[in-house]
Amino acid sequence: MSIEAKEEFRPKIVAFCCNWCSYAGADLAGSSRLAYPADVKIIRVPCSCRVNPMFILRAFEKGADGVILCGCHPGDCHYSTGNYYARRRMTLLFSMLDYLGVENGRTRVEWVSAAEGVKFSTTMNEFVEKIYSLGKNVRLGDLRCRQ
Amino acid sequence: MQRIGVFVCHCGSNIAATVDVKKVAEMALMEPGVVHAEDYQYMCSEAGQAKIQAAIQEKNLTGIVVCSCSPRMHETTFRNAAQRAGLNPYMVEIANIREHCSWIHKDMEEATKKAVILMRAAIAKVNLNTPLKPGESRVTKRALVIGGGIAGIQTALDIADAGYKVDIVEKTPSIGGRMSQLDKTFPTLDCSACILTPKMVEANAHENITIYTYSEVEKVSGFVGDFVVDIRKKARSVNMDKCTGCGVCQEKCPSKKTPSEFNRGLNTRSAIYTPFAQAIPNVPVIDRENCIKFKTGKCGVCAKVCQAGAIEYDQQDEIITEKYGAIVVATGFDMIKLDNYDEYAYSQSKDIVTSLELERIMNAAGPTKGHLERLSDGKAPKEMVFIQCVGSRCADNRGKSYCSKICCMYTAKHAMLIRDKYPDVNVTVFYIDVRTPGKNFDEFYRRAVEDYGVNYIKGQVGKVIPQPGGKLLVRGVDLIDNKQILKEADMVVLAAAIEPNPDVRKIATMLTASIDTNNFLTEAHAKLRPVESPTAGIFLSGVCQGPKDIPETVSQAGAAAVKAIGLLAKDKLMTNPCTAHSDELLCNGCSQCANVCPYGAISYEDRLVNDHGIRETRRIAVVNNALCQGCGACTVTCPSGAMDLQGFSNRQILAEVDAICQ
Amino acid sequence: MQAIIDRAKELLADGTVARVLGWKAGDLPYNPEPAYFEKEEDFKDFVYNGFCGANLSKLMIEACKLEGKTMVCLKPCDTYSFNQLLSEHRIDREKAYIVGVGCKGKLDIERMRKMGIKGIKSISGAEMTDDCETLTIQTIYGEKTCKYADAMLERCHVCKGKEHKIYDEIIGESKDTQDAERFAEVERIEAMSPEEKFAYFQKELSKCIRCNACRNACPACSCRKCVFDSTKFDSAQKANVDSFEEKMFHIIRAFHVAGRCTDCGECSRVCPQGIPLHLFNRKFIKDIDEFYGEYQAGEEVVEKGPLTSYTFEDVEPGIVAERG
Repeated sequence: MSIEAKEEFRPKIVAFCCNWCSYAGADLAGSSRLAYPADVKIIRVPCSCRVNPMFILRAFEKGADGVILCGCHPGDCHYSTGNYYARRRMTLLFSMLDYLGVENGRTRVEWVSAAEGVKFSTTMNEFVEKIYSLGKNVRLGDLRCRQ
Repeated sequence: MQRIGVFVCHCGSNIAATVDVKKVAEMALMEPGVVHAEDYQYMCSEAGQAKIQAAIQEKNLTGIVVCSCSPRMHETTFRNAAQRAGLNPYMVEIANIREHCSWIHKDMEEATKKAVILMRAAIAKVNLNTPLKPGESRVTKRALVIGGGIAGIQTALDIADAGYKVDIVEKTPSIGGRMSQLDKTFPTLDCSACILTPKMVEANAHENITIYTYSEVEKVSGFVGDFVVDIRKKARSVNMDKCTGCGVCQEKCPSKKTPSEFNRGLNTRSAIYTPFAQAIPNVPVIDRENCIKFKTGKCGVCAKVCQAGAIEYDQQDEIITEKYGAIVVATGFDMIKLDNYDEYAYSQSKDIVTSLELERIMNAAGPTKGHLERLSDGKAPKEMVFIQCVGSRCADNRGKSYCSKICCMYTAKHAMLIRDKYPDVNVTVFYIDVRTPGKNFDEFYRRAVEDYGVNYIKGQVGKVIPQPGGKLLVRGVDLIDNKQILKEADMVVLAAAIEPNPDVRKIATMLTASIDTNNFLTEAHAKLRPVESPTAGIFLSGVCQGPKDIPETVSQAGAAAVKAIGLLAKDKLMTNPCTAHSDELLCNGCSQCANVCPYGAISYEDRLVNDHGIRETRRIAVVNNALCQGCGACTVTCPSGAMDLQGFSNRQILAEVDAICQ
Repeated sequence: MQAIIDRAKELLADGTVARVLGWKAGDLPYNPEPAYFEKEEDFKDFVYNGFCGANLSKLMIEACKLEGKTMVCLKPCDTYSFNQLLSEHRIDREKAYIVGVGCKGKLDIERMRKMGIKGIKSISGAEMTDDCETLTIQTIYGEKTCKYADAMLERCHVCKGKEHKIYDEIIGESKDTQDAERFAEVERIEAMSPEEKFAYFQKELSKCIRCNACRNACPACSCRKCVFDSTKFDSAQKANVDSFEEKMFHIIRAFHVAGRCTDCGECSRVCPQGIPLHLFNRKFIKDIDEFYGEYQAGEEVVEKGPLTSYTFEDVEPGIVAERG
């Protein structure tokens, strides 16, 4: 067994959460003491539509192993339509990453309301588990070999 | 370079039990820009805030990070503390190390590591923060109410009583709305007109209320506190000042074949008409599509018989432009069309009617002068069947998924009134569930069953078949006895689902108020802000927001009025400074941002710019900061990155990403 | 070609237009380039033949800033880009006089080279006056011939059609040259295993020298200042040059033009490294068609594209995983 393999893999996971629903859902998960792994770090954004695909690609490029975007359920967006645009953008982005051969389990969108602390926690547990099963993200960081 | 102070809160043991707060504070000092770090028992306490203020002043801090509970909890607290110490409140960032860290992790080492990372992200962000200043905008002390039904009338009266000017815009020739069509009201059986008419009169007489009937909202621009609205006053063809409301013109009008909207098409009206006797204003309109004078040029009877000389065939539509601080939507509802429900044979028999048509039949001013009779042959019915949930609670997409809420109660009312007035008539009600939450509602329903002997059958009707000879065969099931039922009826009444007035979609678009798939306007928060639209300055009154009965409508109307008054009472509005901003040197003027803006906050102007020596006129996106709510949809649509969001800028978020992934 | 020149001279003479945007001959028989023509004598260099692949729509952004109208020569597929630029308010319809020029497919010199046709002295059969069936090439190694279609650009094999979507007048005949499935190549890649896909794109993208030719030619990539050149995303900072920008450039570029790309194929045509860049854009187009209904950017002047509109029932991003 090589030395690298002995070192425990701890993934870096970025969760973008909209301020009105999902961030509050994460707060509720916290106050309800619904645990999920510490690998998840949350970034607060006003709305899921604020998340630029560039942020997600940048996270991967900087070494993230998984990126998840959480927003209000369709129809419940605080800004009425933000999550609809986010949904289209992310669908296309994820499809493109899949097309490039990047494992599609590394990206996820989940709609979590302010009342869904349980859903937030389960989603994060599932997602982290998935990332563990996929292992370290090497592909996106290596899409273009330097000459 | 910023001078940043980091304050780590123990939150008693809430944080300190799982996060090594001393370690976090120590690590903070190693971050770029951090010149001060300390930890304290309770940062949100007076003493904690004092520590923050002291540090800001003593160390000339330009930004602070508080590692504590969720920003949803105490962001405002710490922003205010910073402001008291002379620091711009938007130079404060919170690292949420309680809800997102200490409360969900057990391992101290792991939780501490995570807390440090969350803190680093906040520090990275605050390094790029800039002081922001909320803007101010003025408030026009006048409200607009769209819709002149009971919801609109009540809202207008409440706002007017508080001393503000209100305009009501009503599409039809009279205010009064659906309630004016009702005969009696549940659960007290008051005569609808008797309780509505005084309110209509009061609204008409109120010095602060202006009523525009036969008018529609045509265009809305502006924003909270300062809306500019174009109202189209359709040509009435009758001079409102001259008309005395004598009614002779309506009597003499030779064109009398137009189905009466007010009586749901059960009888006809003249081409010049007031919808009903108590109409306000009591001034008729000429329905130009059905008027012989307008169709052929020959007639003019009304002008000849009008003593007051009020008939004006050459009247034109008029556009009135007015400014408003607040807008209340009270557009109400209609019953759904029954085209998708052939099984109930509505279009095949005159004796199959909707509940609203039954209201008109039972009303003394209605097509039958209040006599309960079959419209086909004028005979008194002996067997009546009511079918509930026609198009409500519909699982497929033929009807509506929601419960129309009022049908159970009005059917109990109808059944009771019929049994009371015509004891020899048998009344059967087919229902899925009887839903009667509300004060004295269930008692009311039970009276129908127990005191008036109304026959309630739990089960749905599969088909209504008109028989030769005029009877109606109703085929249904009784789910409790689990048997098929065949019943011969003389009249069938359908409790058709209610739906928002179809015009509301157009209005919602004009107001950029959000609307759900059923065309109900969305409230800002389902529980905590039920009468406000997510769009600032737009309030919701009545059924346009969701099915409700009269008492609920009136209470919501009052609540919407209070919200509007609260807004009108302000002289100036503070605007959220975390708004989008377009960089004129990067903007392509491509309009993609405006396409995704839910608030219509982005417009374009041709501006002379100086781009590194090149002076040219360019089409540039301009964000109205009073309208922008800061969602950021535009920032992602913008390919060049010209559009950015203050407080959540691209660079700030990327800095957080980098700090977390490093 | 002569008909275009004659008409151009007429329009210049009667003052309808102040200049003409077309192509002028290059130093070799197969490299004409976009050029302005203002005076009678300029037209001696004017050329229109099978090698005039360059889409002139994008140049209208600058041309619209000039005094007077510009006559612009647009092939059927170029008109899509023109419409798209109109939709985005980047050009002014009033400042353009559009001559829709006939097109029977445009030629790819690289394909000819691959067929072993090198040392070219002159080429006949690419004048667009006949049916464009055969090319006769005089080379330093003697005369060679090849089928016109075999030398066509990839984009012409999936031609969107011979109709001009916007024009003031049309000069010359056009031919629908489609003989391949538009999404066949995308589908071939989609069917690969993740490892194969990754290996394929890594191989292709590793060729990129970041010369920006794709960006410069692309009519949808028309930002006044590209994000990759601005400080707004930290994406242009020196320290990042080797990483973020390098790795993500083509994905981000494709995303920025998603829903706006007309699939004109200029990116692949101009890439000096021969990277099939259109495969990114076409993947987005295929997805948009599948998820949100068929959409052809530039078909007409519209306000909203697929990424600036939505429906309540849109598919969820999870579809990507479900689809497998």
